Amino acid sequence: MSELNSMSNQAPESPERRRFVGAATAAAGLAIAPGVMLYQVAHGRPDDQPASSAVRWGMLVDSTKCATGCNDCVSACSTENGWTPVAESEHPRQAPQWIRKLELEDPLTQRETNLPMMCQHCAEPPCVDVCPTGASFKRADGIVLVNRHTCIGCRYCMMACPYKARSLVHEPLNDTQKPDVPRGMGCVEACTFCVQKVDRGDGNTACAEACTAAGHNALLFGDMNDPESEISRRLRELPTKQVRADLNLNLGVRYHGI
Amino acid sequence: MAGKIKSLLALGAVVLTTAALAWAGADAPAQANGAPKPVITKAVKGEQCVEDTDFMRRNHMKLLNHQRDKTVIEGVRTKKHSLKECIECHASEKTGSVAAAKDDFCVSCHSYAAVKIDCFECHSTKPQGPMSMHPLNAETAHYKHKLAARTTSEASAEEMAGVAQ
Repeated sequence: MSELNSMSNQAPESPERRRFVGAATAAAGLAIAPGVMLYQVAHGRPDDQPASSAVRWGMLVDSTKCATGCNDCVSACSTENGWTPVAESEHPRQAPQWIRKLELEDPLTQRETNLPMMCQHCAEPPCVDVCPTGASFKRADGIVLVNRHTCIGCRYCMMACPYKARSLVHEPLNDTQKPDVPRGMGCVEACTFCVQKVDRGDGNTACAEACTAAGHNALLFGDMNDPESEISRRLRELPTKQVRADLNLNLGVRYHGI
Repeated sequence: MAGKIKSLLALGAVVLTTAALAWAGADAPAQANGAPKPVITKAVKGEQCVEDTDFMRRNHMKLLNHQRDKTVIEGVRTKKHSLKECIECHASEKTGSVAAAKDDFCVSCHSYAAVKIDCFECHSTKPQGPMSMHPLNAETAHYKHKLAARTTSEASAEEMAGVAQ
């Protein structure tokens, strides 16, 4: 028990971190008008620091709050990351799609369930296991990514993924990419948990922001390793499920109400 | 017999070569020194690059390759050697891009050196936001006329030869 205590004392809220956060918040408070605080500072990581395994980014999807017919998370993702919405694509069957909205019905009870489906950011990702070039990888903070510099577009990861989360870019993008989100023909891609935003210190994803803005609050993004974070608190309270939990992949996306 | 044919062939070759040389000389005297020199446009922002110009000409690819792995795999996003920051400064004022027209910063040298750039298969060639809204433009708007005066310079043959070595 004493061991456990000492561990929890060292855990994320170390005195050093407290001092850093305190100083940063004070600086932000000085710089900005009273009453306006920079919340992002808490999750900010200096540019020259690599992603740390002390953090594990995750998302809680509350499907009881996810609204029928609402597509805001999908369009926010497409806007943030620069992929063409499937409906606008010339070839919808092969168009890249990072997040998709599912509307399910239980055939026995006719109960309807709404949920977004995207890369589940597994702790044991099958896509990483099968990648022949090592392009598919898991970053230290738990975000599963494709290194497009080494991806050869073989699509083995697309077959290995139980969630059909990945897609291949089939057509040239002709310089329509976002400066923050490079993507290109012949590479596989998927949800990145808005890694460019996370690294910037936003501490949130485009889909979760859009869901909150729409007033549904069905998506909650945060650090699952930090016991004080909102997502950890909600995960403690709510019964949640991992999709295909039988595969033992330890997912970064958890669903409530499915 | 065989000797006669050989000498005829040799004579033919000499005649053809001379003719070809004469034709080339007459047709394009300007290209006697090789391909047209790349147009190197001064960066819109700043006086000095993150490293010396000579160093950058020879080693920018090494810096970019190193930085890309640090960024993608580890999530280190320092600005000094990032491609995005190169583009921020070097995008042309005309096209707003580093690789859209043949005089744009990256393309100009790369076509001269005949080295294909793969960066822009995936990376955007433009800085964030339209050029008019670009922070660089807001900063430099008041001395645009000065910039125009010193925009283009041709690299000398010696400089380019140095790069090639």
